[in-house]
Amino acid sequence: MAVAPHTEPLKPLRPPRKRRVNESVRTWRWSDRIALVLCWATGIALCLIAGAIVLYMGVKGLQFLKLDMIFSRPQASADQQGSGGFLDPILGTVLLTLIGIVLATPVAVATAIWIVEYGRPSWLARGVESGIEIVAGTPDIVIAIFGLALFQQGLFSPLSFTAEGGAVFGRSFLTAGAMMSLIALPMVFGATREGLQAVPMHLREASYGLGKTKIATIRRVLLPAVKPNISTGAALGMGRIAGDTAIVVVLLGATLRIDPEGSIPGTNVLRGTGGTLTSYVYNNSPAGEGNAEQKAYAAAFVLLLIVIALNFAVDLIARRGAKTGLESTRLGA
Amino acid sequence: MIEETEVRNPRPPLPPPVRRIVVDSPPTVVAPAAVDQSAARPERSPAGPERMTLDSLSVFYGANHAVKEVSLPIRQGEVLALIGPSGCGKTTLLRTLNRLTELTPTARREGTIALDGQDIDLLEVTELRRRVAMVFQQPNPFPMSIFDNVAYALREQSRKRPSKPVVQPLVIDALQRAGLYDEVRDDLERPALRLSGGQQQRLCIARAIATRPEVLLMDEPCSALDPRSTAVIEELIGDLRRDLAIVIVTHNLQQAYRVGDRVAFMYLGDLVEYGPTEQVFGAPRAQRTRDYVGGAFG
Repeated sequence: MAVAPHTEPLKPLRPPRKRRVNESVRTWRWSDRIALVLCWATGIALCLIAGAIVLYMGVKGLQFLKLDMIFSRPQASADQQGSGGFLDPILGTVLLTLIGIVLATPVAVATAIWIVEYGRPSWLARGVESGIEIVAGTPDIVIAIFGLALFQQGLFSPLSFTAEGGAVFGRSFLTAGAMMSLIALPMVFGATREGLQAVPMHLREASYGLGKTKIATIRRVLLPAVKPNISTGAALGMGRIAGDTAIVVVLLGATLRIDPEGSIPGTNVLRGTGGTLTSYVYNNSPAGEGNAEQKAYAAAFVLLLIVIALNFAVDLIARRGAKTGLESTRLGA
Repeated sequence: MIEETEVRNPRPPLPPPVRRIVVDSPPTVVAPAAVDQSAARPERSPAGPERMTLDSLSVFYGANHAVKEVSLPIRQGEVLALIGPSGCGKTTLLRTLNRLTELTPTARREGTIALDGQDIDLLEVTELRRRVAMVFQQPNPFPMSIFDNVAYALREQSRKRPSKPVVQPLVIDALQRAGLYDEVRDDLERPALRLSGGQQQRLCIARAIATRPEVLLMDEPCSALDPRSTAVIEELIGDLRRDLAIVIVTHNLQQAYRVGDRVAFMYLGDLVEYGPTEQVFGAPRAQRTRDYVGGAFG
């Protein structure tokens, strides 16, 4: 053997780190102990607040909600017996949410793909990201006022009702939905971007290594992989749209009933004004004109149920995404 | 306080010295220390036609010269094993062969690589990667069904996607050649990520050979697998080399010895030694090779 034996083990570069074995709260500083208690307390307090909201609205809602309220149209009446239900606001909520999310999702997904997969020049990518952050941070009433100013331009007259003098009303399901999409867009964008960033690089390389172009990789590998993220973002965005009031009041008219505009069926509803559950609750609350607390509570309960259902859907989608096993590849396992 | 003293704990002034091997006599040509030559291995195949030719290939990452002036032939019908310590440029060399290094913005290449006598820079990169396919270290099936994983590779970027009946026989053939079909034939629509690690890697091989490439690149294909799956994949490599040229990067000298017909040893970007497996392991010409296959460093 020409090889000298080497039996002595290599010394490690530094001695192994000493670790206290029995760490307990008793060894902590007082400030840390207080901080720990505060963390627990805030968490529990939030649970209690959420529980209180659901419980209170549940008691009030179940007390006043009658099944026929959901299926009957509202009437303008001073008498509580004759003011009907809130079928129109429910339909308005559904329609507005759909318009908003249908407009927001493709834009948000396309933007996220550009940011993560292309993102050059980098100053433009930074600009796009701050743009979305600004949209996300803008109060909805500001977005609403901006939308009103925008859609009252003559250019957008097909989207809403034009008065005889030529003034564009600017309020319709289309204009409100367009502005609502700005509320949902940051949610969908953020979820999609995170999903794309979590797709491991080696999955892209696997696709390139098979002779696939970048666009084929995005279309056939990345988009299917982030589908659960897109759905999560869309459900969150829908929750935000369903819960928004300012845009409804300013851009949808917040009317009691859905008022179609024009004679073509289908588009007449889109061009017309209406209301949603949020505006119905506002108008019927003691703060509004209706002063019909019971109806407000009942409608608020239905709205809460819709939003909770959407959040539940988010959880469900996220969990199903985990079951496909993609999570394990994301961790690199 | 305890934390700080730990941090200040002085590092040794110098890294521990690399253990040098004392050569007191001219090397005798016997079994290298680290490689058990009694291990069963298939017959070496005779060298086939040259598929790829590397001519003074250099790769740089920024200022870092990762691969230095490497010239090599890659022949059909044989397995070329690239060995060397970590960071010696073997993976970079492998990834350069189908221009995957171009995905790294700082990477730059000099010298020529020819595929069947044609400069690979003159080929469409998608076509090159179909003809020089890659299997990665980490099994990386796409999050879709087993069938779609293989069919994805087969589907051209054409406007009209070939229908399932057209693709199906090709998918089954690829799965059969990768030795996976019998295990998954019952349910090709199962998500690929439900397969075991070894099965996933064979699916990745099936995906890579589905387009009938001329060269198959494998980047440590067994390093994430257990010994049994490794044995299955090594056997598969032995079967596949009849139709293909295979280049495999491996850290495992035993594996290089078992599967390689030829071995190239790289060190710090240099191609130190290239030759038939028996010669590189049994009678290495260079001192550095002798040290490495003797288990001295790495």
